[in-house]
Amino acid sequence: MLNIRNLQAGIEGRKILKGINLEIKAGEVHAIMGPNGSGKSTLASTLAGKKSYEVLGGSVDFLGKDLLELSPEARAAEGLFLAFQYPIEIPGLSTTNFIKTAVNEVRKYHGKDPLDAVGFLRMMKEKMALMNIEQSLLSRPLNEGFSGGEKKRNEIFQMAMLEPKLAILDETDSGLDIDAIRIVSNGVNKLRNKDNAVLVVTHYQRLLDYIVPDFVHVLYNGRIVKSGTKELALELEERGYDFIKNEVNVEEGV
Amino acid sequence: MNSVEHYKEHFDQLQSTDKNGLTAIRKNAFDAFNKFGIPTSRHEEWKYTRIGGLFNKQYQFPVSTGSLSANDINDLRLPGHEQANELVFINGIFSFPLSKIISPELIVQSLEEAASNEFKEIVAANLGHSSDYLKDGINALNTAFVNGAVFVHVSKGKVTEHPIYIYNITDARTENIFSQPRSLVHVGQNAQVQLIETYVTIGASESFTNAVMEIVVEENALLEYYKIQNDASHTNQVSTTHIRQVGKSYVHAVTISLNGGIVRNNLNIVLDAERCEAHLYGLYFQKGKSHIDNHTVVDNVKPNCFSNELYKGVMNDEASGVFNGKIFVRQLAQKTNAYQSNKNVLLSDNATVNAKPQLEIFADDVKCSHGCTVGQLDEEALFYLQSRGIAGKVAHSLLVRAFATDILEHVKPAPIRAYIETLIAERLEY
Ligand SMILES: Nc1ncnc2c1ncn2[C@@H]1O[C@H](COP(=O)(O)OP(=O)(O)O)[C@@H](O)[C@H]1O
Ligand SMILES: [Mg+2]
Repeated sequence: MLNIRNLQAGIEGRKILKGINLEIKAGEVHAIMGPNGSGKSTLASTLAGKKSYEVLGGSVDFLGKDLLELSPEARAAEGLFLAFQYPIEIPGLSTTNFIKTAVNEVRKYHGKDPLDAVGFLRMMKEKMALMNIEQSLLSRPLNEGFSGGEKKRNEIFQMAMLEPKLAILDETDSGLDIDAIRIVSNGVNKLRNKDNAVLVVTHYQRLLDYIVPDFVHVLYNGRIVKSGTKELALELEERGYDFIKNEVNVEEGV
Repeated sequence: MNSVEHYKEHFDQLQSTDKNGLTAIRKNAFDAFNKFGIPTSRHEEWKYTRIGGLFNKQYQFPVSTGSLSANDINDLRLPGHEQANELVFINGIFSFPLSKIISPELIVQSLEEAASNEFKEIVAANLGHSSDYLKDGINALNTAFVNGAVFVHVSKGKVTEHPIYIYNITDARTENIFSQPRSLVHVGQNAQVQLIETYVTIGASESFTNAVMEIVVEENALLEYYKIQNDASHTNQVSTTHIRQVGKSYVHAVTISLNGGIVRNNLNIVLDAERCEAHLYGLYFQKGKSHIDNHTVVDNVKPNCFSNELYKGVMNDEASGVFNGKIFVRQLAQKTNAYQSNKNVLLSDNATVNAKPQLEIFADDVKCSHGCTVGQLDEEALFYLQSRGIAGKVAHSLLVRAFATDILEHVKPAPIRAYIETLIAERLEY
């Protein structure tokens, strides 16, 4: 589904990703862990097509297409979804209107007619029940004054509405208490199937108790320095990131 | 048209043919016009809005409503007009035949008539009150030529269910027109009324409208006032609305400016009684080379008044904008609460905004604040929308529309709100 080869990217002239290699197949859950500042959000945003990140080398194949050539909206329409670490507040734009526009824009991309009011409402109702989200939240301006948990639940609700092939969750657990993490990961798990894949980006292991990964990768200093199974996450939790840093520094002769 | 002699001839003719109660006020104003002249950019209040060039052209100086018929203006009517009172000015002259009054609590007369009947005290006390605030030749010019003006009285204790639509129509089909609509509105005690004003030019010649509306709001009255400007780019206007709250009362004023050549708005609110409340909202969304200038004054004369002002601007292409918001708090006006905010988004590198808040506070126990911002659409927000599959152009439109929301939600009459929404949707092409 996703094949990242030697991806290098930076911001404001500074190289942050220094050669990422990663392959994700349909049906898999991958986790990327790493200390703060290691480049996790940079990777997520570069994949989603954020303009301020400059691709300096490498390639990304997504479902047979050259992802890096696509606009952010085309990436989304092709089935890539990024749940933001910090969802943006947009006063004056109702959440429902936003989601409706998104759903219909994706349909338009695929040459389909927009959903009519009834069709859209039916879809909303179904996903609201699935995600345990109330109408009152969706009537409010997009993310404005939402609590941390509400913002993250709203991200996953949007994911449910857009039914992506690959969902990238950037620190969806940060700032959430255990109950909120359980609700959010429940939502994600309900959306999983053999045809889609999830890339979970997280600093802590605890989210991975709920969204169980097939593979865990450690990102450090712009590179994936270690890959393993879910046991690697537990090891990181126990020993902290220092042991990874030491290993890497020894290898690099620092 | 920039020499005083040019006006002198017209003025003498008007004074000799129309010898009613208004000759004295006209004479004073003409003297003021002579003294001030046409404002240049050296005038502090006209620094960024240059209208001198407009006076270099030749205009017809109309004295009658001309030849437009009800049919000719049918297409110009605002949505909801079936249920509205309609007051029509043609080329600055009020037209009784084209106007329509359906609310019995409204009295509509020529100002000349009101100046000499039972309303003469109201007229004497309020006509020309705006000149205390607008010390320039352009305000004086309107008063010097008060003619074909209208007086509107909303009877005491009445809630006007049908709004009043005011059309300032210019017939520029054959020649350039300079028109000067003038009105005085008196909202009686405990009365409630909605006024909706708009400007339309017919024809391809240039129009220059210099309008003055003065409104007096009595004790316990409620006024909603809307100004909608979406005239063509070969039309220019100086549009003054001067509202004086003489009893504890409530005013809600919204100015929506979407197009025009040079547009200068003066909105003055004089809080001349204790516990008055005033809300001022404005949205200017300009394209091409249009120029929009909003000058507002909130004058707290008496204690315990509240005012809140929010103006928002979206400037595209080579449009230029000015926001100048003054708040005066007089020495007597303790416990004033006055808030002001102006926010601008520039959509193009060639668009500009000059924003200037001015607070002049002479009382010590007051709460006042002001703030202004000029920026671009938020890149992070754009990316957020795009990352959900929304095309860049659509995302852009959604963000502009979102920015305008907290102004548009204050347009209360549903048909007018829908009309403005449509104009904005057309502009944003969604
Ligand atoms: N907008 C930016 N401008 C400059 N540097 C940035 C910007 N965003 C991130 N960085 C830098 O890039 C590095 C990686 O950041 P990030 O990808 O956010 O890390 P992570 O998500 O792993 O915590 C950090 O050193 C950070 O300071
Ligand atoms: Mg991050």
